[in-house]
Amino acid sequence: MEGVMQTDAKMRTESGAESSPRGPGCSLRHFACEQNLLSRPDGSASFLQGVAEKSRERLIRNTCEAVVLGALHPRTSITVVLQVVSDAGSLLACCLNAACMALVDAGVPMRALFCGVTCALDSEGTLVLDPTAKQEKEARAILTFALDSVERKLLMSTTKGLYSDAELQQCLAAAQAASQHVFRFYRESLQRRYSKS
Amino acid sequence: RVGTQPSTTPKTVEPLEYYRRFLKENCRPDGRELGEFRTTTVNIGSISTADGSALVKLGNTTVICGIKAEFAAPPTDAPDKGYVVPNVDLPPLCSSRFRSGPPGEEAQVASQFIADVIENSQIIQKEDLCISPGKLSWVLYCDIICLDYDGNILDACTFALLAALKNVQLPEVTINEETALAEVNLKKKSYLNIRTHPVATSFAVFDDTLLIVDPTGEEEHLATGTLTVVMDEEGKLCCLHKPGGSGLTGAKLQDCMSRAVTRHKEVKKLMDEVIKSMKPK
Repeated sequence: MEGVMQTDAKMRTESGAESSPRGPGCSLRHFACEQNLLSRPDGSASFLQGVAEKSRERLIRNTCEAVVLGALHPRTSITVVLQVVSDAGSLLACCLNAACMALVDAGVPMRALFCGVTCALDSEGTLVLDPTAKQEKEARAILTFALDSVERKLLMSTTKGLYSDAELQQCLAAAQAASQHVFRFYRESLQRRYSKS
Repeated sequence: RVGTQPSTTPKTVEPLEYYRRFLKENCRPDGRELGEFRTTTVNIGSISTADGSALVKLGNTTVICGIKAEFAAPPTDAPDKGYVVPNVDLPPLCSSRFRSGPPGEEAQVASQFIADVIENSQIIQKEDLCISPGKLSWVLYCDIICLDYDGNILDACTFALLAALKNVQLPEVTINEETALAEVNLKKKSYLNIRTHPVATSFAVFDDTLLIVDPTGEEEHLATGTLTVVMDEEGKLCCLHKPGGSGLTGAKLQDCMSRAVTRHKEVKKLMDEVIKSMKPK
């Protein structure tokens, strides 16, 4: 069984303060990742973010299909099983991150990595990235994006609530900035895993 | 590749190559431009047994929406609200890809999409559907059935739902104080208060770069991704539905938004014309 590694990927806000309690701006919660923890499947990963259907399944499946190089594995079925251990908000984004890490762990060839980022807009229009369950409930709009690692293009988007075009562009830009931290975390956790063995 | 000449590639042998020839000239096999919608027609109030109905045709894609209003007890956590229950049905008659039996994935996703649009756009205030708080409220069953599937089902369903809701007339209901029974006055009917008019615009992504509007069934099949934008009259977005597929930059998204704005105007104008023509003289 591979060792568990907890990489602390706390982000500092512009003013240099610690990101708890989180104010508005691009701060993500603490996240950790554990890989290869199940012996049976080819690859597995658990993605912990924060202290938190047919539609969601389709979104995750279509995102994976856009990135995985299926032509290299004809007549092959790749099953991705996601089990929710606990939901503290931003569930879909966490599922996307777990799916990506599991595909990497399994060695499936992909044209890019992808990550999920959730933005919440409250009634005043303040943007909060990676909202908790409480923030999601009180938000006016919640936007979840999946971005690719090569050019930060938008792979998948699903939104809830009403918002303007300008707010959409603002959320997308913030999500693209935040995705850099997630991708750096992927790289670091993979480096640590392979440097030990 | 030996033996394939782009100038004479038939449609059945290499559908994608055939298609790319047209896209190079900035048009599509049916003669439309990349940003052009198919002919849209709407027929409101054709089903007399429903409280509201509408039939929408987007080219060959035909969708009918029927709304029935019934009584129900309001939800316990929201005693002053009613219900709106949408359901999208894609029967085998509309396309050979669907089999009879329980709703397939596409029908379920479309139903969820319509439910999200109703919820996010606040098209009706659910409080308007309440008759007596905690005791009685209206529930609107919105059944959307596809009669002919030729792509862009989401735009057609959203338009049909909006037109049918505008057509719904609810009778006045009073609660008799002594018997505590509801008395329905069928002679006095009033229209629903439609607060916003959400209009959906769908795009298909080709070869990761080209965006075309209102894809037909074939185009959806060849596309590498799809995107649906639902906008109301103030330019507010109530849904940005992109279920995976090729990536899009922020700039391309911006182009989609501007096309959605013009489409909203087209649809609203068409619907207003039809409703005006229906008013009793």
